[in-house]
This record gives sequence, C-alpha cells and structure tokens, in this order.
Amino acid sequence: MDVIRVTNLVKRYGDVLAVDNIDFTVSTGATVGLLGGNGAGKTTTIAMLLGLLVPTSGAIQVLGHDMARDRFAALARMNFSSPYVSLPHRLSVAENLRVYGHLYNVPDIEARIARLAEELDLTALLDRPAGNLSAGQKTRVALAKALINKPELLLLDEPTASLDPDTGDWVRTWLERYRDETGCAILLASHNMAEVERLCDQVLMLKQGRIVDQGSPADLLTRYKRDDLEDVFLDIARGRGHGVPA
Amino acid sequence: MNPSLRRIWGLMYRHLALYRSSWPRLLELAYWPVLQMCIWGFTATFLAQRMGSAAALTGAALIGGVLLWEVTLRSQMGMSISFLEEMWSRNLGHVFVSPLRPWEMIVALIAMSVIRMALGVVPAIVLAWVLYEYNLLALGPQLVLFFANLMIMGWWVALGVVSLILRHGAGAEPLAWGVLFGLAPFSAVFYPVSVLPVAVQWVSLCLPSTHVFEGMRAILLDGTVRWDHLVLALVLNALWMGGAIWLFSRQFQQARIRGALLSIGE
Repeated sequence: MDVIRVTNLVKRYGDVLAVDNIDFTVSTGATVGLLGGNGAGKTTTIAMLLGLLVPTSGAIQVLGHDMARDRFAALARMNFSSPYVSLPHRLSVAENLRVYGHLYNVPDIEARIARLAEELDLTALLDRPAGNLSAGQKTRVALAKALINKPELLLLDEPTASLDPDTGDWVRTWLERYRDETGCAILLASHNMAEVERLCDQVLMLKQGRIVDQGSPADLLTRYKRDDLEDVFLDIARGRGHGVPA
Repeated sequence: MNPSLRRIWGLMYRHLALYRSSWPRLLELAYWPVLQMCIWGFTATFLAQRMGSAAALTGAALIGGVLLWEVTLRSQMGMSISFLEEMWSRNLGHVFVSPLRPWEMIVALIAMSVIRMALGVVPAIVLAWVLYEYNLLALGPQLVLFFANLMIMGWWVALGVVSLILRHGAGAEPLAWGVLFGLAPFSAVFYPVSVLPVAVQWVSLCLPSTHVFEGMRAILLDGTVRWDHLVLALVLNALWMGGAIWLFSRQFQQARIRGALLSIGE
C-alpha cells in the first residue's frame, strides 16, 4: 500500500521554482531518503507533505487522504521530527509529551509516556526542563514526541544532525527497530550519506527542485560506479552525469 | 473527551504548565493592573478630597474605567502573548503539523486569555475595594455584559495582531503590547465621546468599548441603564469579530502559500 503518493508536485515562489513537477511513492514499511544539496527542495517537499505549505499544483495523498482537502485526518496518523523545530524549553519532558499526547488524542497518555520513556531511555529525564537537555537527549525527546501517536508515517528532517557518532548510531538502530516492528513508513531528509545507505530502501536525488535520479542505495552505487553514496551525491550535485549514470 | 476539546485542552495545558513553573510570569499578570489601580485610585481620592462629591462621582467613573479597560487590555494581551509564546519557543512548526485545527487553536488562546485576564484583573478589583471602597459589582448585573463585550473586543484585536504576525512575522510583535493603547483615546474610557473633536467622534462610536464606557458612566453618574449602548456594543463586536476571523483565515492560508509558517518568528 502507498503511504505517500505524490503526483506532478510543483511549488513556485514568484519566479523561483522550488519543487519542479516531482512524482514519487512511499510504501508501508519502506524508508525513503530525500537527498540533495541546500536549496534542492527537500524541506519544501516535506513541508508540503505536512500541510504546512500549499503546493502550486499537483496532488499529495497521505495514508489515503488528499492533503488539499483532508489533511487533518492524515496528520493524526503521521508525525514529524526535526532538530530545527524545538519543544518548549521551560516545560518538562513529561509535560511536553503530555501536550502532544492530547493534541494527537492518544489514549492513556501516562502509560504511553512511560513506555516511550523506557524505550528511549528518558525515564530519568521526565521531570527535567526540555531546555536543559544535551543535544542527544533532546533528539531522543523529539523522537518520543514524534512517536507519541504510534505514527504510520514518520517524516524526519536530519534526525541525527549535530549528534555524536555513538548517539547517532543509537538513534538509527532505534528507528530501524521501530520500522521493522510496526511497519511504519519513513521519509528521511539527510545529509549523512552513511545514514541514508544504512536506513533507506530507496533514495530520491533532488537537484534544483527536480528528482534527477532514484533507486536503492546499492543500485545507485552500481550505476554510478562508486563505492559510497557521498560520491554519487557529489557526482549529481556537481553535474558530473546530470542524473545519467557515469 | 471529545477529540476537539482534548486538543484545545492540550494547547491550554501547555500554557498552564508554563505558568505553573514560573512565578515571575504569574506575578507579571497582576503587576500592571494593580499598579494602574494604585495610580488612578489615589488620583481619584485626591480629586474627591479637594473638590467634593461631584469629583467623587467622577473619581468612581475613573476607577471603573481603569478596571474595565484592563479587562480589554488583558484579554487582548492574554491571547496575543499566548500565540507569541509558541513563536518564541519555536514550537509553532510542531503545533501546525499536529491535528489541531486553526479554530481549535483560537479557542485555546481565547480560553487562556480569560484565565490570564482573571488572574490580572481580579487582584486589581479587590484592591479597589480594599483601598478605595470602590465596589465594581455595584454596577449591577450589566457588569457581566460590560465584561463580555470588552473581552470580545480584546479577542478580535488580538486576532488582528496574530494575523499581522502571520503576515509580517516578528516585525509585527510590538503590536501585541501597543495596539490597544492606540485605541484608548477613542474608547471614551475616562471621558464621554462628546469631549472628543466632532471629526473623530465617528471613530469612537465604531468601537464597542466606547458604548460600554458610556453605559458605565450612565449607571454611575445618572443611575440609568443604557441598553442602546449595550446592544450597539454587541452588534459592533459581532461585526469586528467577523472581520477579524476573515482576516485570520486569509492570512493563515496566505502564510501556508508563502511558506511563512516555516520561518515565522525569524
């Protein structure tokens, strides 16, 4: 089943074409990576999927709901995490999770918070103000917030940015486990190529708002005759191939 | 609990938790209303001592004006600042991608404004009674309508401010504090409309607050209830609120088209 179905999606700001007629799907249990340089259209695409941004044209269906007409039904079944969007710093971790438990209409919030706290190693932090946490702890809290409603779709914008390798690896392991256990689909925007290679079944390479290439990480490596995805990324970003394998 | 009510409660809980953990924020709510009451209350007392019973009545109108104007001011600020709190904490991105509908957010902000207004104005009302023997309840049952009209006015002004923040971002932030002070001279808070120059009286008469304060003075000075003023205040509030809801809906949708929700507050 397609959790995300994007058709002929365009976003234009005046003369600037931020997203240029892209199509893609994400299936249940799949992890799809959105790759591209700064300004390639990753954040714009995610914002349109979240209903924060209205497309200029094209259609987005999430979990069977048309985002133009019925976005709230989809939003209740999905969630989002980004290190660039904060949770209120003065509220404790538990209070923050309680707020989002109510917003997502989660049954038995306290039990859900206790479960997430145990799984994400947050129990000792529940009464601490969210603003007093380290980057790694904040990422785990943001992940707990993103999982509060047991989402069927997770949109992650650079989930391990600014984390040390150990914490980053912990988060990636956790995401893999959650996806495998629940069948949750994940759309991941990241600049960390090792992360994308490890987590993603499918990669969409964006450049100037267009999908210039796509495939599994292994396919891309083979087609571009490269050893790692970073070199593929550089080939595409620097126009060494323009989406045509070397 | 109904899902809508639960989402509204969720946003209210976020603000209540903030106040529970911050006594300076709680203190700030009552600070200005109490300070205003002290300044104007002592001024009214001084006038009454120097000029006799006529001035005492005017003084009572002055204190009533101060207290009721605080209702408008605290309602407006309560709503605008609750929205700004979300913006300052860079949390709006999470709120807007949750299933919380925009109208539910507005209802939650209104509920918070009622709580904030009560926490600010009730101590000032008690102080007026203790220090100056001024009993606001003596205005009679019409007081409920005065309060309701002034709170509604605070809400539509706040909705206008939030709309401007959605349109212009952080640049419109100072309006949350200053916009009602600009309307005060036209609201006939401390003097009747007839005192204003004829050319600006129509501006004054378009504001619901003007009719509330004219009604308050009629009770205090003449002992009469001016239902015409109260009905006009309600009608004007309905018109202004309709306009503010339209403006907010339009600016929210425009912000979604321009991508302003991604960067609001920056």
